[in-house]
Formats: sequence, structure tokens, C-alpha cells
Amino acid sequence: MDQGTGIRIEGLWKRYGEGGAAMDALKGVDMTVAPGEVVGLIGPSGSGKTTLLKCLGAVIEPTRGRMTLGGEVIYDAGWKIKDLRTLRRDRIGFIFQAPYLIPFLSVTDNVALLPMLAGQPNDQARERALELLQAMDVSHRAQAEPSSLSGGEQQRVAIARALANRPPVILADEPTAPLDSERALTVMRILHDMASQYQTAIIVVTHDEKIIPTFKRIYRIRDGQTFEEAGEGRDISNGQEPSKRVDQPA
Amino acid sequence: MISLAGRDILHSWSKFVLTGLGLGLLIGATLTMAGVYRGMVDDAEVLLQNSGADLWVVQKDTLGPYAEPSSLPDDLYRGLLGLPGVAQAANVTYLTMQVRKGDTDVRAMVVGFKPGQPGAPGFLTSGRQITRSHFEAVADQMTRFKVGDRIRIRRQDYTVVGITRRMVSSGGDPMVFIPLKDAQEAQFLKDNDAILASRARNAANPAFNRPGVPGLLDAVNASQTSNHSVNAVLVRVAEGHDPVAVAQTIRRWKHLQAYDRKEMEDILIAKLIATAAKQIGMFLAILTLVSAAIVAFIIYTLTLGKIREIAVLKLIGTQNRTIASMILQQALGLGVIGFLVGKIAATLWAPAFPKYVLLLPGDAARGFVAMMVVCALASTVAIRAALKVDPATAIGG
Ligand SMILES: Nc1ncnc2c1ncn2[C@@H]1O[C@H](COP(=O)(O)OP(=O)(O)OP(=O)(O)O)[C@@H](O)[C@H]1O
Ligand SMILES: [Mg+2]
Repeated sequence: MDQGTGIRIEGLWKRYGEGGAAMDALKGVDMTVAPGEVVGLIGPSGSGKTTLLKCLGAVIEPTRGRMTLGGEVIYDAGWKIKDLRTLRRDRIGFIFQAPYLIPFLSVTDNVALLPMLAGQPNDQARERALELLQAMDVSHRAQAEPSSLSGGEQQRVAIARALANRPPVILADEPTAPLDSERALTVMRILHDMASQYQTAIIVVTHDEKIIPTFKRIYRIRDGQTFEEAGEGRDISNGQEPSKRVDQPA
Repeated sequence: MISLAGRDILHSWSKFVLTGLGLGLLIGATLTMAGVYRGMVDDAEVLLQNSGADLWVVQKDTLGPYAEPSSLPDDLYRGLLGLPGVAQAANVTYLTMQVRKGDTDVRAMVVGFKPGQPGAPGFLTSGRQITRSHFEAVADQMTRFKVGDRIRIRRQDYTVVGITRRMVSSGGDPMVFIPLKDAQEAQFLKDNDAILASRARNAANPAFNRPGVPGLLDAVNASQTSNHSVNAVLVRVAEGHDPVAVAQTIRRWKHLQAYDRKEMEDILIAKLIATAAKQIGMFLAILTLVSAAIVAFIIYTLTLGKIREIAVLKLIGTQNRTIASMILQQALGLGVIGFLVGKIAATLWAPAFPKYVLLLPGDAARGFVAMMVVCALASTVAIRAALKVDPATAIGG
């Protein structure tokens, strides 16, 4: 598959409701994210940020427009792919504001679940999960129950889960909201590392003033439309201990 | 792939075990109800088997002696002995009454029989058969009498000389066997006041108290206090003869009713136990419904408690069938826990029941299958709720 395009969104509309109650949350959004790039998506509350992520994540259906993931058109005035769950499982990593780990699975199995669902043998999936947990600096809690982890640890496990199937696209909705500024920067550093290491295209929705300077490119969304801006692109690996690297993909 | 259902059960095992325990007691009650019915049928069959009879001869137009009262003259058996194919014929009486043991009452069926003839207690667990013609008794162990105990039946004391088992009436009352003559008296005996009153009446009746006929009054009094009735004659058919044919002969020539083993079973099981069976059937249906409601409710509640996780699972790409099978497996798991608890509970408490409870492996197997079906059906409510969850809710606003 041609990964050259990363994410491309063209003229995307989303209308909620019908008739008099109808409301256009997205009105012709255009956006591109290159592989290996992390872009910020910012805007006031109710401007349509989450709506955009949901459309791109094949969770809700847009009203019209076109979406391309890794060179493949997934939406063009209608879904071009039948099995959206498999699309999500194999090609999109989700990171939410809250970690939402599965409470009855161990930390390792929370991360290993996605590769297992994709048909990987259990040991292989767990091996992969452990690598990711190591990279996220939570491998010491690998066998623990998620509820016994701190909020920041849980969030890092959630990030590991999003990376488990090596998706070409990661969608993060306010991933640093529950974290202090140091942890927030750590998470951003991990995401930047992932992007450059695996050529992942990453969109991060955020209100967080601390992390906005880390983006090289920012999309500001207002009245359902996006406006591209240049970001500071501050290098956050400087002056910090280098993050552990995830081993090369098999 | 790991078992999501198994992990969830392990994670919240106390919830599952407690629910399984409650459900299990209910299933135990259901299995016991079935066992009560089986016990009644088995009691009836043992009753017929242990009586040692091939034919039951009773009063015409009655379903006696177990299902309806029947009365026959006690010299009738001699006529039956003369018929071709009849090897043995013996009088028996059956009377359900309270017998006294010390100061406690025991409800029992008192059987009058001729030792060595059909109708005698089948086998003894201790003691010996009755050898004297008066005031000895053999009791079923359910009466809790022991060899050497004294039983009071009406105004007479009997010594328990033997203990038998599995000899109960169709109503479930344990049997006490006493000599026929004693039983006839016990059955028709009047109390002292009644005898005195009846003697006084006879003495005042000029037809009985004739000055010219000495002894007439005494004879009348004697005839009124003795009894020449029995409830049935049990017949053993000679070898090489067809019981059905012999029964037909008896019906034709003696103007009596005669039932063979098959007909007797029909009377006991189809007529006597039929209402009880329907009663138990109703209970089984209700218990099944209640079990289904409990499983449905519990699985539904457990699923609602995981609705956010289910939304996340769907969002990250878990297929519907994986989620549905997780819920189905949990329901079945609950059913298995419940069934195990129920089977153990029923096995433990069945012997404590006053009537015989017969737990058949076949009934347990049927119960298990029914439970699995009930659990599967009950889980559909929760599965539907889980499949309706919108994965978008996992992302939030
Ligand atoms: N399911 C829905 N039905 C109807 N309207 C909706 C629905 N979801 C969102 N909206 C509306 O669409 C608009 C955009 O919502 P969205 O959640 O995308 O905003 P947001 O930018 O993520 O806001 P926030 O920063 O507060 O999370 C809002 O006006 C919201 O009320
Ligand atoms: Mg939002």
C-alpha cells in the first residue's frame, strides 16, 4: 500500500440531525497529514474537533467529502470499505482523554488485545505489548490490573495500546488532559518519536497550551472549517533523557 | 486469542460465585422437584413389586385397594384358589392411620397380611418376619421404629420384630405390617363406649333379646364386634398362566374387579399421581422462568456495568460476534456454576426429605441442557443492549 499520502481530507461535511434541528458541525474541512508528521488540531469548544476525529476514525459517517488513508480512499460520499471495524483495528490507533482500559484484562493483555484480535498468536502479541510498555516506561506494571495504575501510567498504557497494531494513523483527542506538564511533554515526545520512527501520521486534538509549541504544523478549526498555521515546532527531546526506543517492526 | 468472558469472570469472580450460588439453590430446588416426582413413581412401582402379587382383586367398580376404598368378604379368597391359574390368593387390609410410639404419633399405613402369602413385607433390613398370629409388627424404617419397640395401634400394643425398607403407601406414608386378624379388628373396632351403647341397644331390642332363645343376644353382640371384611385379595398366578387371562376369568366368574400389574401401575401413576405430577410440572415451569429471569437480569446488569468498555472494544475494532460470544459465554458460565451448585445441593438435601426423592442422572442431564438453553436465551437481552452501543460514545465529546 502506498503510505505516501498519510491522511488526506477534502471538502468534508458533517451534518448532525435533520430538518429544522439540523446542524453542520463540519463545513468543507480540508486537511493533510504526511506520514511521520504530528499535527495539532485546536479550536474553541464546540468547533467540531471531535467530530472530525470521529469521521476520520470511521466511527461516524460524514455527510459528504472525501477521506484518504495511506493512499486508499476510505470515504467518497459514502464508505468505500465494508468492514469499518477491521479498518479501525488495523489502520487507526485511538487515544482518548481518559485511558478507558479494559478493567478485567492485565496491563499487558490490554495492549496485546488488538494484535490478538487481528489474529496474532498470544505469545507474539504479548511480546509486542511488552516492548511497547517498555518504551512507555510502564513495563514494571505489566502484570498489574489497570485500576491499580496511576492516571499517567494508565494513559501511557492506552498509548501503547493505540500503537500495538502499528497503525499508519493515530488519532488522539486531548491525550494530555489528565497529565501534569512534565508527563504531558513526555507523551508528546513519545508521539513525535513514533511518528518519525514508523512514519505514522498523527493528529492530536488539544487545548493544552504546554504542548501546542511542540507542533510544526497546526490546524485551527473555526465554524466547521480548518485553517492551516505554522507551529513553533519546539524540539522537546533536548535537555531530556532520550526516550526508550521501540524495536524495529518485524 | 484470550477468553474475554473467562477473564471477566475471574476478575469479578465474587459476583459470579454469589450469583451462581443463588441460582444454584434455585436449580437445586428444580432438580429436587423432579426428584420428588420420580420418587413418587418409584414408590408406586416398589409398592407393587414388593407386594409379591400378580393380580389385585378388589370390589367391583372400584379402583382399590390403593386409589379407592374397596371391601370384600374375607372368605372370598377360597373361591379364587379354585380357579385355574391361581397359585396363591391372600387377604390383605390397608388402613392409613396414626399409630403411637410412646407419646408421639406416626402416620402410617397399617397393612394386615397372612405371613408367607402375597402382601407380606418383601425383605427385612433387621429383625425377623412375624411368626405369631397376634401382636407382632414389621415396620418400615421411615417410621423410625426399631426392633423391640412397642407400637400402639388403636387399643392394642404390638412389638416390632422386624424392620423393612422402601415400603410406603401411594401417599408416601411408611407401612406397618401386622397379622391380618389384628388388622381386621383394628380397622373395624369400635371403642368401649360404642360397644356398650350398642349392647344396650341390642338388649333393649325385643327382636334380639328373646327370653325363649338364650344365646341369641350374645351371638348378635359378637357378630357386631367382629369383622369379616378385607380390602383386597392378592393373587399370585401359577407358572405358565397368563395373568391377563386369569384376571379376565376372575372378572367374568366372580363379579369382582381384578387388575394385573400393568393396570395397577396405570391406576397408581396415571390416576393417583397425575395431579401431583401436574402440580410439580407447574412448579418446574415457574422455577425455569424464575431462573431465566435471574440469569437475564444478572447478565444484563453485568453488561450495563461494562458498557463503556464494550464501546471501547467496538471502537478499537472488536467484531460484534466477539462481544456477543463474550456475553453468551458468561451466561453459560453462570449456568454451569449454578448447575454444579444445584446438583450438589440437591444431592445433599434429598435424603433429608420425608418422602423418597429419586435424583435420576437423566433428569440432571436434561436439566443441564435446559439450563444452558435458558442461559443462552436470557443472554440475548444483554447481547442486544451491547450491540446497540455506539462506539462513538467511547470517544466522548
Ligand atoms: N451526536 C451529536 N448530535 C448532534 N450534535 C452534535 C453531536 N455531537 C456533536 N454535536 C455538535 O457538533 C458541534 C461540534 O461538536 P464537537 O464535539 O466536534 O466539538 P469539539 O470541538 O470536540 O468541542 P470540545 O472542545 O468541547 O470537545 C457541537 O456544536 C456539538 O454540540
Ligand atoms: Mg471534543
